Amino acid sequence: MGRTLAEHESLALLRERGVPVVEEAVVDTPDAAAAAARSLGTPVVVKLTGPGVAHKTERGLVRLGLRSPAEAESAAAELLAAARPDDGPVRLVVAPMVRGARELIAGAHTDPQFGPCVMVGIGGILAEVVADVAVRLAPLDERDAHDMLDDLRAAAILGPVRGDPPVDRDRVAAVLLALSALIVEHPEVVSIDINPLVVVDGAPLAVDALVELRP
Amino acid sequence: MTPRIPPERFRALFDPRGVLVAGVSAHPGKFGFVALHNILTQGFPGPVYGTNLEGGEVLGVPMLRSPDDLPPDAVVDLVFVCTPAAANPDLLRACARRGITAAFLTSAGYGEAGERGRAAEAELVALADELGILLAGPNGQGVVSTPARLCAQIVAPYPPPGGIGIVSQSGNFVSSFQNLARACGVGVSRAVSAGNAAAVSVPDFLEYYGADPETRVALAYVEGVGEGRAFFERVKAVAATQPVVLLKGGTTAGGQRAAASHTGALASDDRVFDGMCRQAGVTRADTVDDAFEAAATFATQPLPRGPRVAVVTTAGGWGVVTADAITRSELELLVLPDDLRAAIDERLPPRWSRNNPIDLAGGETRDTVPEVLELAARHPDVDAVVYLGIGIQSNEARLMREGQFWGDPGLERIVAYHERQDARFATAAAEVSAATGKPVLTATELAVADPTNAGPRTVQSTGRLCYPSSYRAVRALEHLWQRARFCQSRGLA
Repeated sequence: MGRTLAEHESLALLRERGVPVVEEAVVDTPDAAAAAARSLGTPVVVKLTGPGVAHKTERGLVRLGLRSPAEAESAAAELLAAARPDDGPVRLVVAPMVRGARELIAGAHTDPQFGPCVMVGIGGILAEVVADVAVRLAPLDERDAHDMLDDLRAAAILGPVRGDPPVDRDRVAAVLLALSALIVEHPEVVSIDINPLVVVDGAPLAVDALVELRP
Repeated sequence: MTPRIPPERFRALFDPRGVLVAGVSAHPGKFGFVALHNILTQGFPGPVYGTNLEGGEVLGVPMLRSPDDLPPDAVVDLVFVCTPAAANPDLLRACARRGITAAFLTSAGYGEAGERGRAAEAELVALADELGILLAGPNGQGVVSTPARLCAQIVAPYPPPGGIGIVSQSGNFVSSFQNLARACGVGVSRAVSAGNAAAVSVPDFLEYYGADPETRVALAYVEGVGEGRAFFERVKAVAATQPVVLLKGGTTAGGQRAAASHTGALASDDRVFDGMCRQAGVTRADTVDDAFEAAATFATQPLPRGPRVAVVTTAGGWGVVTADAITRSELELLVLPDDLRAAIDERLPPRWSRNNPIDLAGGETRDTVPEVLELAARHPDVDAVVYLGIGIQSNEARLMREGQFWGDPGLERIVAYHERQDARFATAAAEVSAATGKPVLTATELAVADPTNAGPRTVQSTGRLCYPSSYRAVRALEHLWQRARFCQSRGLA
């Protein structure tokens, strides 16, 4: 098992590579969390983050739907208090609540037989059960990235759905190409997981991500 | 991308001028007998020699002690080896002295037989390399090449000639595919069991097929692909020039355990494997039937230019289930264009479906089926046609012919008419396909239920596959469309 980047570091790395990433603030105190909530606009989500922090959801380290700076502030205090010694140095991520009816997952990993691969699939909390994913070997080209979207059994989800515009396939393809370049150019990257890649007004937005590096 | 092994080196294996069988047995149950028997009975036109330790004659061929005893003027390119592993190094050296440049080894006791076997295999590969011998196998079942009338295998059957090039990591799948070829008449160019693939592996054979003018489509069975990235690059290069149909064994946890003990294949993530195939433009089949029928369709039908399918049927229910199959696939059920509807209106009473599927609904007369097939295939909005209903009349004709009233006035005449009509329909389907460059697929369960029926029999005589169900015709057509779309989007011919 390699080491993982903290969530905000993972997202920063993706942002650098041109992946649209949720705008967020990384702070260290409840005061600062309240200020961040004020400037980002509520509602917000506050999460504990750090290189040693895993299983955030299971441990209750993600607080959703905080409607005011005061709520953000008290959630931040509780999260800091919940940190354990083995979490190592921790910080707080404050991000706007992103809402989208459609969630995708996207990622890259190194297959033992075929080497670096890029993946896209239907996201959401049941993503693993739904198991609707398409894979290509990296590096992939734009045509491959579009083919991957066509491969999904639930490809219809990418069309106009319940008043939402169709997903901008070119932008999702651009995310996949960025993942491809990242894993090909950085052999120290073992895997990248963007989950969820939320579709907002038809455009993909990475809301959470985890990058694993070789030890 | 240049093939790893130059194609001309395969000439000795697939187009040998003469063949030597090493380790011939007089016992008809032994591989060393069967191999010689199959080469001789299937009509290999070149000289055939044999060696064994007992001497004498087997099947009229005088047995030599060693390749050194070949007549001075003998021209032999291929040795088919049925000797035990321990005898093979000396045998190969003697073969090389007589100018033999290809060997197919059935011998076991190599890589599949523990550490000592693996060491023996490595030594054999190094020796063959040094001697300039192309080494196929060991532990394989043989090689077939219809352009050379060569049936050098220890299994049956010998397939009809055709455009499918077969390679398999499992010898019995070569046999399976050849059985299917023989049953349906869509033939084979070359077929080879890769055995342990010590020196020549599945991608090597695929690269050869890609360069082989006799082969129009490659059909492979694999369990493991070794170094995955190299396999991908090589198979992608082949698929850029020729359809490649792949059947992969071990796609589930259960199948992968079985494959590990069969060929030692490593388990692979099937989602990655599937993506790799799509990215390479390889046609991945789900089942043995699907694999063979996809290959047979690539070999005998033009690629569709688009996804729009017209269904021509003489019965409503068949059309309905075919419409379902098309709708579930990546093909499109064409919305019948007005001008095509009007043209068909002129030839049929108004009870026909007036939509797609084009159900003639019993309103057809003598010339309707060929006329409607022609109208549909020639229409610019139609990319492919599926034709259902062939053989119905000849099926009744069989009952008449076999019944106790056969001989009564009029029966013989109507039977001849029925059979002539079905033959005509099959011929019309093939001719309009050739004339328009569009796939026209004919399906009926009579292809399996009664292959002697004039309908399926004539489809076979036109060189095409008569599909055993419309579902399977649609599935094969979907494979063709997926490849056509891949080629179009990548600017491949």
